[in-house]
Amino acid sequence: MNNKLRNWWEKIIEKALLASAAAAVLVVLLISVFIFAQGWPVIQKYGLGHFLFNLEWKPLAYPVQFGILPMIVGSFLVTFGAIILGVPLGVGCAVFLAEFAPKWVIKIVRPGIELLAGIPSVVYGFWGLMVLVPLIQQHLGGRGMSVLAASIVLAIMILPTVINISEDSIRAVPREYKEGSFALGATHWQTIKKVILPAARSGILTAVVLGMGRAVGETMAVILVAGNATVIPGSMLDMVRTLTAHIAIEMGYAAGEHSQALFAAGMVLFVVIMILNSMVLLIPKRVGDDR
Amino acid sequence: MFKRNLSVVSVLVLVLAVSLVLVGCGGEKVGNTQKEGGSNELTGTITIAGSTSVQPLSEELKDAFMEKHPGVIIHVQGGGSSAGIKAAITGAAEIGAASRNLKESEQDQGLVEHKIAVDGIAVVVNAKNTAVESLTVEQVRKIMCGEITNWSEVGGPDAGINVVSREEGSGTRSAFTHLVMKYKENGQEKEAELTAGAAIQSSNGAVRTTVANDEYAIGYLSLGYLDDSVRPVKIDGVEPTAENILQGRYKIARPFLYLTKGEPKGIIKEYIDWVFTPEAQDIVAENYVRVDK
Repeated sequence: MNNKLRNWWEKIIEKALLASAAAAVLVVLLISVFIFAQGWPVIQKYGLGHFLFNLEWKPLAYPVQFGILPMIVGSFLVTFGAIILGVPLGVGCAVFLAEFAPKWVIKIVRPGIELLAGIPSVVYGFWGLMVLVPLIQQHLGGRGMSVLAASIVLAIMILPTVINISEDSIRAVPREYKEGSFALGATHWQTIKKVILPAARSGILTAVVLGMGRAVGETMAVILVAGNATVIPGSMLDMVRTLTAHIAIEMGYAAGEHSQALFAAGMVLFVVIMILNSMVLLIPKRVGDDR
Repeated sequence: MFKRNLSVVSVLVLVLAVSLVLVGCGGEKVGNTQKEGGSNELTGTITIAGSTSVQPLSEELKDAFMEKHPGVIIHVQGGGSSAGIKAAITGAAEIGAASRNLKESEQDQGLVEHKIAVDGIAVVVNAKNTAVESLTVEQVRKIMCGEITNWSEVGGPDAGINVVSREEGSGTRSAFTHLVMKYKENGQEKEAELTAGAAIQSSNGAVRTTVANDEYAIGYLSLGYLDDSVRPVKIDGVEPTAENILQGRYKIARPFLYLTKGEPKGIIKEYIDWVFTPEAQDIVAENYVRVDK
């Protein structure tokens, strides 16, 4: 093949790949434009404060109330609960896999974690509704459908994310650090606590933030176990509705301003997710960079 | 050299294929009404979209109709009453399905209503809750709005009542609100508000599962979703059966509507006409109340 033809090919491929890259950005752009175009009019009409600080959600009453504060608080509570429950478990598992586990154990645990990531969220939700909710109702009281139930389901769902990223970052800690620590007479646990985990901090933080992103965005599993009342929960055993659940639950039947108000809720969600994602960018990437 | 070009070409082919698929998606015509080649066999595609309450009935009617007319393809989609009405107005679906009457804003859009069935809404409790046999409409309302909060107040065990409801905008909920939560006081129309302690589920099936798993729950369902996992209570002493609804004895009932933009034509007319035949209404009567013309 002569050179001319080759260069020509290269150009075409380059442009084709550029187009693929542009398509992804374009889609994100289109989605955000659409959400904001749909949600903005109703925010303009009622004011941002009406959405963010109003406790009442009554889209069909007269006068209408579009307060999504209970849902914002709900999203944060459920996510927070999932992190509290899921991160220690996930990081613990990652430390075990990276530091202690013999090869044959890894061979069993790893596919298990991958399987966990592959289970559709509605299955988690259904399991939560059939098993977790009655369990909480019988042993802890309340109605079972609660912040706690949603947090537990989400904690399990974020495990694969937390475990995989934490394990990678723990394995990336240079051997010399560990050897140095042992040479100074530290035990294995002391080494993990004082050397390895601090050195892997940035990766673990990334895992936590990505886990949060997953938890905030999860919808189906939460709808089934959260009870979805539009009030701010007073305890972990009270019902709760998250932003994503809110949109998914009411979208099907919403019309006019009701549907626009749901898009406005989507805008809030969008901003929250964007903040979370930028937090990942702020975390220093390599061990030692944050010194 | 050849090898590298091969992978390059395959990338290009992939890009081309994807774009072709994307383009291809936009072009399909639905709602064809022509009859093929002089024979009387019907062909074409109909999309029915809307209320999830009407959906199970539409599915059964569709199956029976498509069996009779293999040339016809009917797609049944959910989305909710509002979405169905919107779809019928914009032409996104040939038939919109609604489980409530049209709102003012939805009238004057050229829609023609076809009342294909009447549905009852059953008030259900957990199967273990056998003490509560019958409730009055007023008791149901007071339970739903949080005035009655303990089962003992209506003849049941001494335990809190766990209310389960549907989401704002749901056809079942708006029909329930209309039929149960509205009341007259001193000659004035009032509407009781759902208690803030109510759990919200977004489908008939989810409400049923929730009630089936909670001994002290109460909720409401479209009649077609009743099964052994929950127990319907009598309303004012009347059981929620098709017979009782037809006779007008059971009060919590609502229409199922098919909506078309203008008078239906072609296969859409054939289908809707068929829905009113005794054969189709027999299918309706399995779970709902028939409306033979």
